[in-house]
Amino acid sequence: MQTRLKRFRFERMLDLLLPLIAVVGALIIGAVILVLLDKNPLDAYQAMITGAFANKNGLADTLVKATPLLLVGLGIVIAFRASVINIGAEGQLIVGAMLTTYLALELGEALPGFVVIIICLLAGSFIGGVWAAIPGYLKARLGVNEILSTIMMNQIAIQISFFLLRGPMIDPAEIEAGTNIPHSARLPKATDLPRFTDVARWLGFPGSAKDLGLTGFSKELYGLLVEPTRLHTGLLIAIIMAILVYVFLWRTTIGYRIRAVGLNPSASRYAGIDVPGYTVLSMALSGAFAGLAGAVEILGLHHRMFEPLAVSAGYGFSGIVVALFGKLHPLGAIPSSLLFGGLLVGGDKMQRAVQVPQVLVTALLGLVVLFVVSSEIWSRRRASRRVSTQSIPETTS
Amino acid sequence: MSGELSVLAIIVGIAHSGLRLATPYLYAAIGEMFAQRSGVLNLGVEGIMLMGAYSGFFVTFKTGNLLLGLLAAATVGALMGLAMAFVSVTLQAQQGISGIGLFMFGLGASSLLFKTTLGTVEGVEGFPELRFCLSSLGLNSNYCLSQIPILGEIFLRHNILVYGAFALVPIAWWVLNKTTWGLSIRAVGQNPQAADSLGVSVARVRYVTVTLGGMLAGIAGASLSISLLNIFQENMTNGQGFIAVALVYFGSWAPLGVLAGAMLFSLVNALQLWVQVLGLNIPSDVAVMLPYLLTIITLAFPFRRALQPAALTKPFERGES
Repeated sequence: MQTRLKRFRFERMLDLLLPLIAVVGALIIGAVILVLLDKNPLDAYQAMITGAFANKNGLADTLVKATPLLLVGLGIVIAFRASVINIGAEGQLIVGAMLTTYLALELGEALPGFVVIIICLLAGSFIGGVWAAIPGYLKARLGVNEILSTIMMNQIAIQISFFLLRGPMIDPAEIEAGTNIPHSARLPKATDLPRFTDVARWLGFPGSAKDLGLTGFSKELYGLLVEPTRLHTGLLIAIIMAILVYVFLWRTTIGYRIRAVGLNPSASRYAGIDVPGYTVLSMALSGAFAGLAGAVEILGLHHRMFEPLAVSAGYGFSGIVVALFGKLHPLGAIPSSLLFGGLLVGGDKMQRAVQVPQVLVTALLGLVVLFVVSSEIWSRRRASRRVSTQSIPETTS
Repeated sequence: MSGELSVLAIIVGIAHSGLRLATPYLYAAIGEMFAQRSGVLNLGVEGIMLMGAYSGFFVTFKTGNLLLGLLAAATVGALMGLAMAFVSVTLQAQQGISGIGLFMFGLGASSLLFKTTLGTVEGVEGFPELRFCLSSLGLNSNYCLSQIPILGEIFLRHNILVYGAFALVPIAWWVLNKTTWGLSIRAVGQNPQAADSLGVSVARVRYVTVTLGGMLAGIAGASLSISLLNIFQENMTNGQGFIAVALVYFGSWAPLGVLAGAMLFSLVNALQLWVQVLGLNIPSDVAVMLPYLLTIITLAFPFRRALQPAALTKPFERGES
């Protein structure tokens, strides 16, 4: 009994450690590639870590990237929990960003800023949800493979955006200058999501880190919260959403049913759950979070819409990594988004410091995905072993 | 030039480009079709194509030897296919997600290699167009079959990789439907338990098809970098690998269906290129969007579900019922 309990604990630990092992494995393969390319992997990784986490600007950039990663990742968690593979977060994010831009430009001058912000956040989520509900419906009613349809929907979103940004939504200044670069005008200042430094000023935080006599890392942390950086309150929205998704999935009936449909659709059907309906719902919720990420990116960071793929920035795919690394748990996605946000920012800094191209990070993310999904075989094997050691009477064959 | 003549020239031009542009789709989708018929969905085709495009280009650029380049692309593609087979057959990982991992790896690695080994966009002399000249048969004539009006201009001005892609369609049909090996593939994809009980190794068949699919995806990438465009750029496949996967569904897992789908996509692409060349005032974004919309619509036809290999995306383990 004692040893079995110990083994159980050890195995649970291993379960949680597996994603970490996957990241270390990816970093090792990345190091091998770097050595083959005649670059020093230790220098590269060191530049990455210091660039992402050592000072207030690096930390701010990391958190700014973690924000859309977390939001998209939460959507992926919901979809994957329902056994729906949503590869279309890129497109859902883009339509969310487009509608946000349109509404902020139209309403920005007429209504108070915070009202416009709320309208935009809701509208971005809504359109993202609708964009995802289409493949969800096609899967539930007509058996269309959602992986393919979401990928197609991505392309459609990109083309529609380009069409709008070249025509009806182009920045009038671009037409005047004759450059015709496809981007929108800057949104009214009032629609900017407040930055952390603005919040600190409103709350009347005491002066600079120097006045308080802070040094070292605590000075950087204080600076992150109080001094002007790019860090905006979208991060708080994302964290609140993570908690809400946790409550939703584990403390509400609808959330329970979504998970049930994902674990065993036929048992759910016998239990009277509307499986196709919940498939569409989970897809729509998943898209809503990607759309919200798009809205937050526009209001918090870019303040205008430009090249759709530069706005989505691969978050639709790296969000999958965040969700998988967080073990498909909404709260696990928080540290996970921080880690991968850091990796993306660190990659950028690494490129500047030691001339190792940032795209290395994309390759590493791919390896993490491969390793994490491959390692699931051990959890599954163990689960089936546990079942077979419990004395279940043989019923078949 | 009279208006009538130029319309004909444009139609010939579109048909000619359409055939050319179908090349990468055909290699990648026929390869993917073999993998899917055996029950494995390899969503990493896009990443394999990128690595194939890079390796084919790099080797050709350094050695000046196109065949070596093609061989490098095929080898790299096969190795990545083998990796995908290991992950999805031996480790039984969820195929949709692992394919995305392979795609991201291929995207990142090909860009990394490009930036560190080449740095800038370079050009190579790609596979030359064949012209089927009578002089090459030892005849004393300057005439080339590619000069035959319309038909020759459309069909007889392509390089060897283009003809290879179209030759692959009947070959794939024959292998799949007329050989024992093809029967094994179909059996493994339809009912792995039955195939296993008859002594067919499910794992071996899947390893072979996924590796073959990877090899063809590698060649598909090379067909972009050393035959169609003759350059390498980051993310130059631009989603064509994902379309290739969709074409297999579109074509109902049959070579002729895949051919029809590939031609549809490539003709729309060609049309859109010519619209741009001619400077017509039609929003090209809308034209580019049409094939994607069409794919979603065709995927929705309900009879398709019956045609899908029953064991697609389902890992096989002996003793499962």
